[in-house]
Amino acid sequence: MGRYVIRRLLQTVVILVVISAITFFLFWATPANPALLICGKNCNTETVAQVNATYGFDDPLIVQYGTYMQGLVSPGGRTIGSEGSERECAWPCFGESYQNGIPVWDSIADSFPATLWLAVGAAVLWLFFGVMLGLVAALRRGKLIDKLSVGIALFGVSFPTLVFGYLLLYLFIVKLQWLPFPDTANAALFTVGPVPWLQFYILPWMTLALVYAALYTRLTRANMIDTMNEDYIRTARAKGLDERTVVFKHGLRSALTPIVTIFGLDLGGLLGGAVITEQIFSITGLGKFAIDSVLSNDLPAIMGVVLFAAIFVVVANIVVDVLYAIIDPRVRLS
Amino acid sequence: MTLGVSESQSPEGDLPADHLAETAEAKQIEGRSLGQIAWARLRKDKIAIISAIVILLIIAVAIFAPLIVKLNGFPPDQFNRLDADGNPLLNTRDGGIPIGGLWGSGTSSEHWLGVEPQNGRDVFSRLVYGTRVSLLVALGGTVIAVILGTVIGMVSGYFGGWVDTLLSRLMDIMLSFPTLLFIMALTPVIAERGQDLFGIPDDNKLRLGVLMFVLGFFGWAYLARIVRGQTLSLREREFVEAARSLGASPAYVIFRQILPNLLPTLLVYTTLLIPNYITAEAALSFLGVGIKEPTASWGRMIADASDWIESNPLYLFFPGMALFITVLAFNLLGDSVRDALDPRAGRS
Repeated sequence: MGRYVIRRLLQTVVILVVISAITFFLFWATPANPALLICGKNCNTETVAQVNATYGFDDPLIVQYGTYMQGLVSPGGRTIGSEGSERECAWPCFGESYQNGIPVWDSIADSFPATLWLAVGAAVLWLFFGVMLGLVAALRRGKLIDKLSVGIALFGVSFPTLVFGYLLLYLFIVKLQWLPFPDTANAALFTVGPVPWLQFYILPWMTLALVYAALYTRLTRANMIDTMNEDYIRTARAKGLDERTVVFKHGLRSALTPIVTIFGLDLGGLLGGAVITEQIFSITGLGKFAIDSVLSNDLPAIMGVVLFAAIFVVVANIVVDVLYAIIDPRVRLS
Repeated sequence: MTLGVSESQSPEGDLPADHLAETAEAKQIEGRSLGQIAWARLRKDKIAIISAIVILLIIAVAIFAPLIVKLNGFPPDQFNRLDADGNPLLNTRDGGIPIGGLWGSGTSSEHWLGVEPQNGRDVFSRLVYGTRVSLLVALGGTVIAVILGTVIGMVSGYFGGWVDTLLSRLMDIMLSFPTLLFIMALTPVIAERGQDLFGIPDDNKLRLGVLMFVLGFFGWAYLARIVRGQTLSLREREFVEAARSLGASPAYVIFRQILPNLLPTLLVYTTLLIPNYITAEAALSFLGVGIKEPTASWGRMIADASDWIESNPLYLFFPGMALFITVLAFNLLGDSVRDALDPRAGRS
């Protein structure tokens, strides 16, 4: 087990290095001079040379990549800027924004909590409703409730987040006025208290959860139907176990195993930012930070947030693999 | 094994399915291929037929967009200020919201779905042209993803060894990318790069191509994994061995022996990938990194309309519904195709 984890960790490191390299070269191998992006309208030969020296654009790309990675790997971070105007960039150093000079890591750390709340809250919703609907549908197969769940799930899968989010916003905020318009100040649980916080997050949670809840409903239903047809379920029933034990201890447990895998990957993906939902409800999370950086062509910020999100996906992958091995005794780690 | 689609679409297609089946059974009991069974099942599936009709209608709208817009008389980029009687369409004192119509959307016998606030462009015309963008990007992206996924998956599964190791690692890496984030960040960069390197102006024609390319490029890995798995098992089957022992080249075996057996999987995957990409295009244009003004796109329309959600909710409703109906129709058809091709389902 320990060996397997170590090997997976090493693989993960390799994948992360490859992703960082691809990302770096894709974004930085631009023939357009990045210096022009920084000094903007005030550019002249002198300022361009100065900017190039400050940011190290004169160095070969591979050296620039090395410098960049040094800021992420070495515990002391790295220094930014040319001689005379050097400043420390503490670990983990993702560089500084071209737009406002703020260290990218600070912006990421600032916007992460909002994304975390959003993703975790939505995950609770979709896991609960998805698994419950799927379970009920599987146990009442062919009945009205089954058809209803399957129908709802199909609808949910087809409802683009974009459309569903605005539908909720219009219905509950504009038309019925049950909830106030989103105010970013309410995203902070500990300063505004639970009621405004819940009012702020409830619609984004529903928006984000819908598609996943629908997918999990279908998945749980399909897995549960397969599982309940297995021989060992018949054996359990033949032993005279009551139906509840058969369903929950024998059936659901094995039907949920694949769902654990997918749940880990989905959550990992969302922690890197739920761009659409954040944009609709003005949540200043990672996704919003990402799209703002893209629209203002802020390369270090884009690079930082993409790498940060990739770390979540990759880590989620190995957590899921290890968890899977723990839950499912048939999987042997080698 | 063939899909049997072309045979069944012959002029006899308007005969009832039972009739064909009866005559066939009367002659002799013959085996039916999975494709024939699936086709027979699909034709009995009401949901599949309705969604197929809806999809055909949407495709027709996309193809005949210029004709349809001519009927209504307002080009999608035209700024309309006055109606036919010379009355103003927009309330200039109130930020340019449309005058009259259902819920302040400016719907009328001229402007069927109302006009855009501020500019007064015809919403119906823009919706019709938006269909083109949606379908074009989704189809293009799907074709790229399916071709890449199929070829890479088959090569990886068929040859094995270091080729397989290399390609499988590549798939792992591609699947580890935060896809939407990456597509979002890359689309403007590639569009600019195209301008710098090849002197192609960064207009919406280039953007269409870039969107297709980026969606396809980040979408193949999942399919490649499935195809690789299936190829691994097909490779060991007797008919492949027979072909190989007769001296068939790898290319022949891959494309003539293995590929036809993958068609059901590919068909299901394709019909389910298209709605995903329609949503993705809308999302990217909504975020401002996809299609830009003045070209009409549903995502762009939703982004514009979100500013007017209080005064003119219908402006948001129309592109939203267009998106929803299109995605729903493709998903329903995809589901039906999958059920019809599922050999485990009771044969009818």
